[in-house]
Amino acid sequence: MSNHASTYEPKSATAKWWDERLPVPRMMHDQFVDFPTPRNLNYLWTFGGILTFCLVAQLVTGIVLAMHYVPTADDAFNSVDHIRRDVNYGWLLQAMHATGSSMFFLAVYVHIFRGLYYGSYRAPREILWILGVFILLAMMATAFLGYSLPWGQMSFWAVTVITNLFSSLDSVIPGLGTGIVEWLWGGYAVSGATLNRFFSLHYLLPFVIFGLVILHIWALHVAGQNNPTGLNIKTKSDSLPMYPYAVAKDAVALFAFVIVFAWFVLFLPDYLGHADNFIEANPLVTPPHIVPEWYFLPFYAILRAIPDKLGGVIAMFASIAILAFIPWLDRSPVRSTKYRPIYKWFFWLFLFACLALGYLGSKPAEGVYVFWARIFTAYYFAHFLLVMPIVGSIETPTKLPGSITDAVLGKSPGKSGATGGGGVPAGATAAPEDR
Amino acid sequence: MANLWQFAPLKFSTRLHAFLRNLGLKAAVLLATGNMACGTLLFDDDPLEGGRSMTADVEDPNRRDILVVAASAFSAVGAASLIWPFVHQMNPDAGAQALASAEFDLAPVQVGQAITVMWRGKPVFIRHRTAEEIEAAKKVPVEDLPDPLSRNDNEPGTPATDANRTLEGHEKWLVMVGICTHLGCIPKGQTLADSKGDFGGWFCPCHGSHYDTAGRIRKGPAPRNLDIPPYTFLSDTKIRIG
Ligand code: HEM
Ligand code: FES
Repeated sequence: MSNHASTYEPKSATAKWWDERLPVPRMMHDQFVDFPTPRNLNYLWTFGGILTFCLVAQLVTGIVLAMHYVPTADDAFNSVDHIRRDVNYGWLLQAMHATGSSMFFLAVYVHIFRGLYYGSYRAPREILWILGVFILLAMMATAFLGYSLPWGQMSFWAVTVITNLFSSLDSVIPGLGTGIVEWLWGGYAVSGATLNRFFSLHYLLPFVIFGLVILHIWALHVAGQNNPTGLNIKTKSDSLPMYPYAVAKDAVALFAFVIVFAWFVLFLPDYLGHADNFIEANPLVTPPHIVPEWYFLPFYAILRAIPDKLGGVIAMFASIAILAFIPWLDRSPVRSTKYRPIYKWFFWLFLFACLALGYLGSKPAEGVYVFWARIFTAYYFAHFLLVMPIVGSIETPTKLPGSITDAVLGKSPGKSGATGGGGVPAGATAAPEDR
Repeated sequence: MANLWQFAPLKFSTRLHAFLRNLGLKAAVLLATGNMACGTLLFDDDPLEGGRSMTADVEDPNRRDILVVAASAFSAVGAASLIWPFVHQMNPDAGAQALASAEFDLAPVQVGQAITVMWRGKPVFIRHRTAEEIEAAKKVPVEDLPDPLSRNDNEPGTPATDANRTLEGHEKWLVMVGICTHLGCIPKGQTLADSKGDFGGWFCPCHGSHYDTAGRIRKGPAPRNLDIPPYTFLSDTKIRIG
C-alpha cells in the first residue's frame, strides 16, 4: 500500500521465515516505523493517534461493562447502578466508558476542523476524507444507541424523540414513517424490545468503526499525510521517518489528552451527563427539557431551526452528508488556509457558527434562540455551498514556500520552488503544491 | 462441445462436480470481465471432454449461458428473499400485538377530571369534559384548524369537528393517544396543576405544541391532531380500547 520502497530487513531466521509467509512485520515496519511523515506536522496531527486510543478504550471498557449490564426494561437502570456501586472497579470502568464517548467526540471534532483548516480533504485525499465522514456517522449512531442503555429518563426520551424523527416520512408516503418507527421500536412505543436491540447494535457498531478506521489509515498511507503548508513531500529532507519522530510527538499529546480524560473520570464523572438520567425511564412523564449530549447539540439546533418537521430532519442529516462533497466544493488552488487571506476569516466564522449552534441547541426552542439558530444554520450551509466555491475561485493565495523544508528553515517563499518529484499524484486544482 | 448431460454413463457426482466447477469458473470470469461469451475459454481442461473442447464450442459459444443465468437468478432471488426474515424479526412481535385491546371503568372519573391509561405501551388520555370545554371545541370552524382531519380511527378521513373527535352519544368523553404528534413527548394537561396551553386542552413542553379541548393541534410544530384510538363503549361507563 505504500509508495516508498520497503526498508524492512528480517533480523532473525524466524523473522525471515515469517516474512516469506505472512509479512505482517514488514507491513508494520514500512507503514508505522519507516513511513515518511512530513517534518513540519504540528500537534493537530496527533489527534488521529488519540482517536485510535479512544476507540480501543471504548471497546475494552464496553466489553467488560457488557459482562454486568442487563439489557431489559426492568433491570437496565438498576444494572448500571449495580455496576457503579457493587462491581469491583465498576465505578471506574463505567465512568471511563461514559466519559470516553465525550472525549472521543472532542478528539474527532478537533481532527475534523484540522482537516478543514489545512485542506486535508482535497485531492488526492477525497476517499480518506469520505471514510472519515462515515466514521463520524457510525460514531454518532453508536453513541446514540449507547446513551439509551442506562434507561434513565433522558435515555428514554432521547430515543423517543430521535426515532420519532422518522415518522416525518408519513408526510411523503402515509404510513411509511410510522411503519419504520414501529419497526425500529419492535412495538408501538419505545419499550424493552427497543432497548434489547439497541444493545445488540451498540455492541456491533464499534467493530464496524474499527473496520472503517483500517480503511481510513490505508487510504492515508496511499496518499501520504498532508501538513500545515499543504505542500507535497518532494525531497527526502521534507520528511522524517514516523518512528521515532512522529510517534514521540503523538505520545506526548496522548499523555496530555489522557490527563484531561482522567481528570473527568476521577473528579467529574457525571459532569458531562444529565441529572435526569438518574431517574429511571418513565413512559408517562416527559422531562421538562430534553437535551442531547453536548456533542449532538449543533445538529439538534439545526433540526429545531427548521419550522417544518420533515425539513428539520433533512437539514440535520444534510449537515453531515454535505461534508462528503467538500473535496469538490472547495475551488481554491491551494490546500492550506494558512495561505488564504480571505477564506481564513470565513473559516473562523464557520467555527464560531458551529459553537453558537451548540449553545443554541442547549436552549429551549423559542424566541430569540430560534432566530439565531436559523441564522447560523443558514451560514453553516452557505459556508460549504457558497463560500467554499466562490472564495476559492476569486481569492489570490499568498506566496507559498518552495517546499516543506523551506517552510521549516524559514527560507523566503518561492526560492527553491522547482524541486520536483513529489510522490503524490496531483489533483486537477492542486497545482501550486506540486510545482 | 458435447452437452454435459449427455454423458449418462458417467457417475452423477463427477457430472455435478464438473458442472459446478464450470459454473464457478464462468461466474468468476463473468464477474471479472463482464463478458457473456467466455464459454470457450473455460473448458479445454475439462475432465469430461479430454481437453478437446475449444473447437467444438466455437459453433455456439453462448449455448450454455442459460445455465449460468438461470442459476445466478435463482440464487439471487433465493438470497434476497432470505433478507425478509432478518428485517421482519424487528417488527412488533406476537406478544406486543396481543396487548392490542384493553378495558377500563370510567365510573370514578368526575366531570372536569382526566385519567391516563396504558394501551399497547402508550399512554391514553381519557378526559371527562365539562360543558364549557365541549362548547369551546364546537365553536371553532374546521377551516381555522392546522390539521382539518379528525384523526379518529373509528371514523377515518372525516373532518376535525368536535363530533367527529368523539363517539356519538358519548361526546363528553374525549379519548386520545397521549403522545404529541410532533416527536412523541407526553403533553401536559392531565392534572389540575398542569399547564393546559393557550387553548385550554394540552400543552407539549418539548417544542411548544398547544392542543385544544378536543385534542386538536392549534399552535406549535406538531403536524397532526392527537390520534384517537379505536374504542367502543361497552356500557355508559365501561370502555374498550383497541
Ligand atoms: C465507538 C465506541 C463507543 C461509543 C462512542 C460508546 C458510547 C456509549 C455511551 C454514550 C454510553 C452511555 C454511557 C452512560 O451515560 O452511562 C454507552 C454505554 C454502554 N456501552 Fe458503549 N460506546 C462505544 C463502544 C462500546 C463497546 C465496544 C461496547 C461493548 C459491548 C459498549 C458497551 C456499552 C454498555 C454495556 C453500556 C451501558 C453501561 C453504561 O451506561 O455505562 N460500548 N456507550
Ligand atoms: S414533541 Fe411535542 S412539541 Fe415536539
